[in-house]
Amino acid sequence: MITSNPRHLRGSYDVVVVGAGPAGLEAAVAAQDAGADHILVVDRETEAGGILVQCIHSGFGLHRFGQELTGPEYAQRVLTQVVKRNIDVVTDAFVLDVDRERRVKLMTQEEGVSLIDAQAIVLAMGARERTRAAIHIPGTRPAGIFTAGMAQRLVNLYGLLPGRRAVLLGSGDIGLIMARRLTLEGVEVVGVFELMPYANGLNRNIVQCLHDFDIPLHLSTTVVEIHGRDRVEKVTVAPVDANLRPQMERAWDVPCDTLLISIGLIPENELSEQLRLRIDPMTNGPVVTSTMECSRNGVFACGNVVHIHDLVDFVSAEAMLAGRSAGRYVAGAAPPADNVRLLPGENVAYCVPHTISTEREHTIYMRTRRPLEACSLRLTDLGGKVIYEKKLRYVFPAEMVNLKLRPAVLHHFHNGALRVDVAPRADG
Amino acid sequence: MLYDVLIIGGGIVGGAIARELSRYELRIALCEKEVEVGFGATKANSGIIHGGHHAAPDTLKGRLEWAGNQLWDELAAELGFGFERIGELTVALYDEQTPVLDRLLHHAAVKGIPGVELWTPERIQQEEPALSHDIIAAVYAPTTGVVNPYEACYALAENAAQNGVDILTGFPVLRLHWNGELWEVMTPGARLASRFVINAAGLYADQVAAMAGVGNFAIHPRKGQEYLLDKRLRGLVKRVIFPCPSPVSKGILIIPTYDGTLMVGPTAEDTTDREDRSTSAEGARTVFDAVRRLAPGINEKDIIAQFAGLRASADGEDFIIGPTARRGFINAAGIQSPGLTAAPAIARMIVEILQAENLPMTLRNDFVGRAPHPVHFAALSTQEQIALTLRHPRYRRIVCRCETVTEGEVIDAIERGASTLDGIKFRTRAGMGRCQGGFCTIRCMELLSRLRRLPMTALTKRGADSWLVCERQEAVNGDERAPGIEVGDA
Amino acid sequence: MSELVTVRYLCIGCPLGCRLEVDEAPETHAIVEVRGFSCRRGKEYAIQEHTAPQRTVTTTVAIDHARWARLPVRSDRPAPKEMVLTICHALRHVRVTAPVKMGDVIAANVAGSGVNMIATRDMPGQ
Repeated sequence: MITSNPRHLRGSYDVVVVGAGPAGLEAAVAAQDAGADHILVVDRETEAGGILVQCIHSGFGLHRFGQELTGPEYAQRVLTQVVKRNIDVVTDAFVLDVDRERRVKLMTQEEGVSLIDAQAIVLAMGARERTRAAIHIPGTRPAGIFTAGMAQRLVNLYGLLPGRRAVLLGSGDIGLIMARRLTLEGVEVVGVFELMPYANGLNRNIVQCLHDFDIPLHLSTTVVEIHGRDRVEKVTVAPVDANLRPQMERAWDVPCDTLLISIGLIPENELSEQLRLRIDPMTNGPVVTSTMECSRNGVFACGNVVHIHDLVDFVSAEAMLAGRSAGRYVAGAAPPADNVRLLPGENVAYCVPHTISTEREHTIYMRTRRPLEACSLRLTDLGGKVIYEKKLRYVFPAEMVNLKLRPAVLHHFHNGALRVDVAPRADG
Repeated sequence: MLYDVLIIGGGIVGGAIARELSRYELRIALCEKEVEVGFGATKANSGIIHGGHHAAPDTLKGRLEWAGNQLWDELAAELGFGFERIGELTVALYDEQTPVLDRLLHHAAVKGIPGVELWTPERIQQEEPALSHDIIAAVYAPTTGVVNPYEACYALAENAAQNGVDILTGFPVLRLHWNGELWEVMTPGARLASRFVINAAGLYADQVAAMAGVGNFAIHPRKGQEYLLDKRLRGLVKRVIFPCPSPVSKGILIIPTYDGTLMVGPTAEDTTDREDRSTSAEGARTVFDAVRRLAPGINEKDIIAQFAGLRASADGEDFIIGPTARRGFINAAGIQSPGLTAAPAIARMIVEILQAENLPMTLRNDFVGRAPHPVHFAALSTQEQIALTLRHPRYRRIVCRCETVTEGEVIDAIERGASTLDGIKFRTRAGMGRCQGGFCTIRCMELLSRLRRLPMTALTKRGADSWLVCERQEAVNGDERAPGIEVGDA
Repeated sequence: MSELVTVRYLCIGCPLGCRLEVDEAPETHAIVEVRGFSCRRGKEYAIQEHTAPQRTVTTTVAIDHARWARLPVRSDRPAPKEMVLTICHALRHVRVTAPVKMGDVIAANVAGSGVNMIATRDMPGQ
């Protein structure tokens, strides 16, 4: 694993990549392949690799590397490519600000605060976890409330346990994985509580993280109050009605000393906001073109900073595109601008990228709002004419839908906007 | 240990008294039951230095509010905590509320508070466009300011300590006994003695007074829930916004905190439990329903943290400050709003009381009123940041990404006395931002562990039983090797 | 002849999460019928899960002189499901010293399970 390779930093770089997780590392390599000479990757952790370093479970890499890897293995494979190249990586460092002229205010262990000019920026800061406040759980503020990711870090890197008896709120994959990790490390996991009527994680994790250890999953139930003066003493949980309102008369108390919260991720968009990039309110990440360029020229973004991915393999693919685009931008070889806007329609929460070109091949990622079986994905022009249709066996909000779109498909469509719907099939 | 003055309670009031008394040739101790100072009502204070015109001029509160207000510029300049007079608006939504505005204007006139004036809806919209168009008038006061209450409390206590005051944290007072000459003060670890005892025990001031045999008042805890909003909303409202007050409360406010983030609250709920700092769904509803009437653009979606504090209101709703029937036992009790504002004036009043009680008060010639100002990296200009990090490598690592707090600031906080995670948080803001400690908690724990030479498992959020992490089972049960394992030759 | 025993599984192949049912003969435990799948992989999974469920084990062991206190490891092949907890318990007493290379065998034939645990990252010495 790499930490800083602390040669003296240059005063200017072709591409500065913010974040040395899988997105940033893949983007750096792709930028170099596309013609950028001087590339700097900055990460705030003490070693590169991003969140994968603490994701010790397997399930990564089937698309990217054709085999199932653990998080650290995936990270190390990506890192190996970077190490082989002449790419500056500085860890234990922090990008404090990026201004309109793409001047990067950087903090490093070696030099303190310095200003570095970049021709192109790639934002690859990843995501942060939603907290208790995001869903307004009332009660006291004792010790013993952790996000699942923080607990994962404590357990997997530091060898410390968050407590002895834990309740988990949220059935996302990180939460389910942590239910198993804690169980294997001797922490009693009393139960997993999920607000929605369905689990948010993969079935594989429901089976292998919960069923295998007889951990109960309470659907349509949520934590409504936290108790305890110094340390968590218990939580009150209550079933919710069809409008997700807790039914307090059916509430009960669950004694525990730890509450793990796993209620989703949000793009880490501090810098995106500082740069005043256009933000998509659905993804909470920047609006991007088909080259992953944001609303400011020369600023690209990829990975969870754009939208939350469910597989790191897709992050890699997106990052390679962003890196390639940044490299070409620096080399003065940026492709013509997009000419088609994508408008999320029925049962589509968002599409990334937000615009495409009729000239090139694209992979469009989207998330649906509700599960559907035997449905179809349609692209419709604003006159109501269906330009493209693809049958899908099923869609689930927890699983990203991706659509590979070839230029031939848009042959008869020149420019304007396309509505994207995921709806029951017209033929029934 | 024998003291001239022993202060019970290390909140903003106790801290201000300790610092004021440290100007004199006195042996002084401050006993705080919590593991750090400022961990009681002070920690959850709204941080407003009131304009001076809220409380009626004929009350103690009313006098000390304006007197205290005028002392904050000097205190902040000397001790280096953040303070800014951002001004306030008390707004009326209905015709029936205009007498309240008239009363505020009258208070201001009687007390001689400069710049207080009535604003028209047009002026209000021009200055604060995020406020509701339903507002029919407002009283503007330029004298209102904001501080970080805990930062002020730490600064006062630290400066007091610098001038020789013994700050005894983790020292709950269990019993008080007058032996004819001195007060004997019993704590779990030590027996202290002092000629004078100042009761600044906040929520427990009635119990402390009862220990001294003058328990002739009761403290009624009044809970206030506060909601901190995402920094995205920074600048939406520029001044502190008050609704027209009710008899028991100033109502639910919009507060641009010193650090720029908006805070809304507090509720006013009478409770009997002096430790009940829980928030509730009803509380959130009350706050946001009220706030929406003032500024429709603010809603629950932007909450990043919620907390509750307890005001130490006494019978009669006024401060209880002064000597008692027991010689040498002086109250500074019932300090509810505007207690923070009044604190420096309360401290001066205590000096006068001690003088009147014939305690010889000689000014020290070695008093150091200026404390070194803590580094606040995020507030520095880029050039200042470059210069600072060039000189001092300890400021070259970001510990809290949301509030841009450096490792050096956390180390400074620990060296200044922070011994818990909350102690670091309230001194440096690490963990107060939108990710609520998701990133910095472990980093702060590592620093505490290293500098205090404690294992991570011995660290707490705020003392007592607020442990953070525990050992793995094999570390607890001993490391006997299990059979059936062949260790690879890695 | 006594009645068939039906055991239910949740298919993990895709988000459809088919409710699989396996009927087995009471004495011989022979599989008589598999129902509920909607693809071939689902049927295969049901049979595997019913006859010999297996899991890849991922956990950590203690490591000295390294950046972190723990070294991530995984089993070099899937282990019998019922052995997972036993393997993890046994590994609590393993302590290695950095440096370690990804792929190094950290513990062989753990608790007689037949699986070896290998390091899933390089851990340089410090």
